[in-house]
Amino acid sequence: MADAISRPPSRLQLAVDRSFRRLCQGVAALLLVLVVFIVLRIALTAVPAMRAYGAGFLTGTTWDQNQGRYAILPEIWGTLYTSGLGLVVGTTFGLAAAVYLVEGYLSQAIYGMLRMLHLELRPGWSKLPERVEQLLKNLVDLLAAIPSVVYGLWGIFVVIPMIRPAAAWLHGNLGWIPLFGTDLAGPGVLPAVLVLGIMIMPTVTAISRDALIAVPPKLRMAAYGLGATRWETIFAVILPTAARGIFGGIVLAFGRALGETMALAMLVGNANRISVSLFSPANTLAALLANTFPEAGPKQVTVLMYAALVLLGITLLVNVIGAVILQRASRQFEGAHS
Amino acid sequence: MTPDATVATAPDPNPFAGIDFPQLERSLRRPRTLVGVALDVMVTATTLLALFPLFSVVWMLFWRGGKKLSLALFTQLPPAPLESGGGFGNAIVGSLFMVGLATLITVPFGLLTAVYLSRDRSGRLATWVRFAAKVLTGFPSILAGVFAYGAVVLLTGGFSAVAGAIALSILMLPTVTLTSEDALRAVPPKMQEAALGMGATSAQVAFMVLLPTALPGILTGIMLAVARAAGETAPLIFTALFSNYWLLNRGHLDAMHPTASLAVLIYNFAGMPFQNQVELAWAAALVLVLMVLGANLIGQSLSRRQIVS
Repeated sequence: MADAISRPPSRLQLAVDRSFRRLCQGVAALLLVLVVFIVLRIALTAVPAMRAYGAGFLTGTTWDQNQGRYAILPEIWGTLYTSGLGLVVGTTFGLAAAVYLVEGYLSQAIYGMLRMLHLELRPGWSKLPERVEQLLKNLVDLLAAIPSVVYGLWGIFVVIPMIRPAAAWLHGNLGWIPLFGTDLAGPGVLPAVLVLGIMIMPTVTAISRDALIAVPPKLRMAAYGLGATRWETIFAVILPTAARGIFGGIVLAFGRALGETMALAMLVGNANRISVSLFSPANTLAALLANTFPEAGPKQVTVLMYAALVLLGITLLVNVIGAVILQRASRQFEGAHS
Repeated sequence: MTPDATVATAPDPNPFAGIDFPQLERSLRRPRTLVGVALDVMVTATTLLALFPLFSVVWMLFWRGGKKLSLALFTQLPPAPLESGGGFGNAIVGSLFMVGLATLITVPFGLLTAVYLSRDRSGRLATWVRFAAKVLTGFPSILAGVFAYGAVVLLTGGFSAVAGAIALSILMLPTVTLTSEDALRAVPPKMQEAALGMGATSAQVAFMVLLPTALPGILTGIMLAVARAAGETAPLIFTALFSNYWLLNRGHLDAMHPTASLAVLIYNFAGMPFQNQVELAWAAALVLVLMVLGANLIGQSLSRRQIVS
C-alpha cells in the first residue's frame, strides 16, 4: 500500500479536517455576529442620549453644546436633500454613460473612421475599437477609485471657484426662486451635490450596464425588425426591460450617497439650518459626525452615537431595499438567453 | 408600379403594395430620425462631460501637487502653521502601517469565511452570512469609525493606530470575503473531485487545490480592498486621529498612540489658511492617488493571469 497513489486519510488527517471545517463555520458565523455586534454597540452607547432626548431629537432644530440641547432635523434634511440632488446628477450622467457604452457608440465611430482610412482589417488596427471602448469603461471605473478626501480637496479649490460666478448671476437675477434664494459664500449645497453626483456615477453606470447587457438580444432584434429606430428601441424595449436592475442600482447609489462623509464634510459648509437654496451652507449626518466627534466630550459622544444610529437605520433600510430589488432583477431573465 | 401588378388575373399581386417606401427611408427630415440623432449627440456629450472631472482631478494633482514633490516630503515631519518646508513622512508610514495591520486582520478572517461560503452554497447559515457581507459592503465608512470608537477607543482609553486598523478592516472584510468566494467557486469542480477521489480530506483539498488555484482571484480581491482602505479618511479621523510625530518613536512602536495618515493629513491641511499646508495637502493627495491606483493596477493585472481550464 505504501506506493499507492490513493489511500484513505489517517485518523490525524480526519481530525484536522473536522476541526478545519468547524473553524471555517465558526469564522463565518463570526461575521454574522460582527454585524449584530456593530449595531448593538452603537445602539447601546446611544442609550443615555435616547433616554434624555427621545424622539424630539429627530424633530428639533437646535444644536447647542453650551446649553446641552441637541436635535438633528437639519442634518437629516441635509442628508436627504444633498443625496437626492446628488442622485439626480449621478443618475443623469451614469445612465447616459451606461447607454453609451452598451450601444457601442465609441467602437462604431472608431470603426467608421478606420473604414474611411481603409485600415479596418489590418492586424494592428482591427482590435482598436474594442480596446478604446474598454479604456472608456476603465476611465469611468477610475472615477470610483479616487479617494473621497481628494474629491473634497478638488471641490474646495476647483468646483467652488468655478461655479461661483454662475451662482452669483443666478442669485442676482433669479433670486426670487427659492432654489437660488441665497448667495454662495464658499462651501454650500451645490458644490457638495456636484461632487457627490460624480462620486456615485460609477456605481450607477456599472449596475445599469449589467442590467442593460442582461436584456435578451432577441428583444432588440425583434424591435429593429419591426422598423424601430435605435432610440425607439431603447425607450420602448430596452430601458423598460432593464428597469428593475437600473432601479436597484440607483437605490444602492442612494445608499452610498447617504453615507458619504469626507467630500461633504469639506464642501457642505457645516451650517445647522434647513434651506432649499442650492447656495446655502447645510450639514449632513455623516459630516456632523466627522466634524464633531474628534473633540466630543463623554456626554456628547452618546448624542453623536444616537445620530450615528439614525444614519445607520436610514442607510441599512435603503441598502436592503436595493439588494432585494437587484436580486429580483437578476432572477427576471433566468433561462431567457438560451 | 410595374404594369403586371395591374393585371387582375395575376395569382400573386405585388406583395409590396400598401407599403409606403419613403416612410422607411432614413432621412433627417423625419422627426423620428431627427430625435434619434439629437439623442445620439446628447448621450455622447453627457458621457464626455462625465469624464471631465477625472481629467480635471488628475490635472490638478500633477499641476499643484507635482511641483511641490521632492524627497524631503517623504523624510520630514509636518510643519507647524506659518513654518515653511516640512513633509509627511510620518503620515505615509502611518497609512502603510494601519492598512498593513488591517490586511493582516482581514485576510485570515475573510479567507476562512470564503472557504465556508464556497462549499456551502444554499445552507441557512451561508445565506445569512452572505447577506451580512453584502450589508457590510454598503456600510457607510464613517460608521465603521463610530463603531471602532465605541468598541476600541473607549475601551483602551485613547486614540490609536490599532483602533484605526480595526475600523479599516471592517471595511475591507466584505470585499475580501465576496471576491475570494467568487474566485474559489470558479475553481473547476473536476479538480476538487480528482483530489477527493484520491483520498484527500476536504481540508487538504482546500489548502492544496482550492486556495492555490484561486490565488490570483483572491489576491485581486485583497488588493482592491487595500486600495479602498488606503484612501479612506472617515474611519480614521476619530480612531487614529493625527500625530505630528513618527510612529516609530525613540526605538519603540507607538501603536497605541494617535497616528498620522495621508488621508487625514489632506483633510486637516485642506481647510487651513496657510499656503504651505495647502500645497502639502495637494502633494499628499498626489502620493495617495498614486498609491491607490498602484494597488488597483496590481490587483487588475493579477486577475488577468487567472488559470483558465
